[in-house]
Amino acid sequence: MAVTVKIPSQLRAATGGKAELAAEGATVGEVLDAVFAGHADLKERITEDGEIRRFVNVYVGGEDIRFGEGLDTGVEDGAEVTILPAVAGG
Amino acid sequence: MSISNLRCKECSAEYELDASFYCTSCFGPLEVRYDHSDLKPDETRRRIQAGTQGIWRYSDFLPIDGRAGDPLEPGMTPLIRADRLAERLGTEAEIYIKNDAANPTHSFKDRVVAVAIAKAKELGFETVACASTGNLANAVAAHAAASGLDSYVFVPADLEEQKLLATDIYGTNLVGVKGNYDDVNRLCTQLADEKPWAFVNVNLRPYYAEGSKTLAYETVEQLGWHLPDRVVSPIASGSLFTKIARGFEEWLEVGLVSGDLPVFNGAQAEGCSPVATAFAEGSKVCRPQRPDTIAKSLAIGDPADGPYAVAQAQQTGGGIDAVSDDEIRAGIRLLAETTGIFTETAGGVTVGVLEKLARRGELAAGEKVVVYITGEGLKTLDANRDNFALTEIDPDPASFESEFGLEVAV
Repeated sequence: MAVTVKIPSQLRAATGGKAELAAEGATVGEVLDAVFAGHADLKERITEDGEIRRFVNVYVGGEDIRFGEGLDTGVEDGAEVTILPAVAGG
Repeated sequence: MSISNLRCKECSAEYELDASFYCTSCFGPLEVRYDHSDLKPDETRRRIQAGTQGIWRYSDFLPIDGRAGDPLEPGMTPLIRADRLAERLGTEAEIYIKNDAANPTHSFKDRVVAVAIAKAKELGFETVACASTGNLANAVAAHAAASGLDSYVFVPADLEEQKLLATDIYGTNLVGVKGNYDDVNRLCTQLADEKPWAFVNVNLRPYYAEGSKTLAYETVEQLGWHLPDRVVSPIASGSLFTKIARGFEEWLEVGLVSGDLPVFNGAQAEGCSPVATAFAEGSKVCRPQRPDTIAKSLAIGDPADGPYAVAQAQQTGGGIDAVSDDEIRAGIRLLAETTGIFTETAGGVTVGVLEKLARRGELAAGEKVVVYITGEGLKTLDANRDNFALTEIDPDPASFESEFGLEVAV
């Protein structure tokens, strides 16, 4: 599956300024691994011990993956995976 | 000036005092740090007492360099002793109600917004915005109008009509998002990344959150410079709950007050209780929920400060409870009948939890309990529509007497 991964502005130093990355994978976990393979700096910022960090939210098509199956949540071809800080609001 | 920098609450990385809200290393929340080493208790206390009759009397503890005039200054809301409420609850604790509906737009959100807007002006923003469950919408729209700033207010489209009407009136751009609060919050987090706007609870959140500390400062002053033994406060994102504690801690550190941090009891609605659930399970993470409760102002299914709120309750020997919609309605009525204060559904949640604590015998005789009532009943009128009583009569004394069962005096 070819998907688009949206990167928040404060992490774009690690992507050469790119706001979107193209990646392949059948699950969120696979997509993120593909992103980390090309941008190693992002891995430790977004994950810790193989899990999404506590203050990072990941969405597929606007849906929080914690309502799905976390990193095992499936992604369709053309889907949008969005990474956002979780500390907003209230 | 005593404001030092922004610092990550998780990994302690330090940042400049600009419009950033999360750590680029670990995504942890950023918090304003101060250097209070020069503050002498007596001098500081005199400066506070000679200050304004609102939150800006606490400027030493707020993240604003100097202070521009605030045309809509919130704060110094009443703290009243509620003996009749205590009696109805069958407790010998001293119950106090901090009625924060008595603010310019009738909720505690005026405090956080006043601080955020002052910071937005200081940083040169011309447009302010927010993701809101209603009370924040009112406050942002009003304070932006008072300060001559443009504003965009994002809310769930199905919000209570009173909160929508009371926002639009200030001439804001009111945006109803088809989704719940967490959808609104995600959208605003994305927009904050692209627009040159001050989203008070997104990119200005570290400053905004500081405004809630003023509830602690006022409580101490109003109790004659003493700490309460216990506080009961609603929890939505967990920011208010943890910042009230931070306020007490700062004054203990500076020496403006002595004693122990109060016991912290948090209140959520059963229909949206991610923090109460995490507390009950002893978990360090709050699993998100899809809200379904009449307490819409507390309907945050993915609470940003949830883990810190859990820790706050644990560390002070308190707890976090949840109440049903019927208990919320009963709480609103109980507070109104015993104190003359009409609160919104969030206040019903808080009083509902107070009732639970009393019923479980957790309130000790003589302990001072401060209950934070954060919003106004007129904004959620529909909550008690179904148990509302109006007796209609003809305009003559006999009709009145026949309905109310008294004899007509001849």
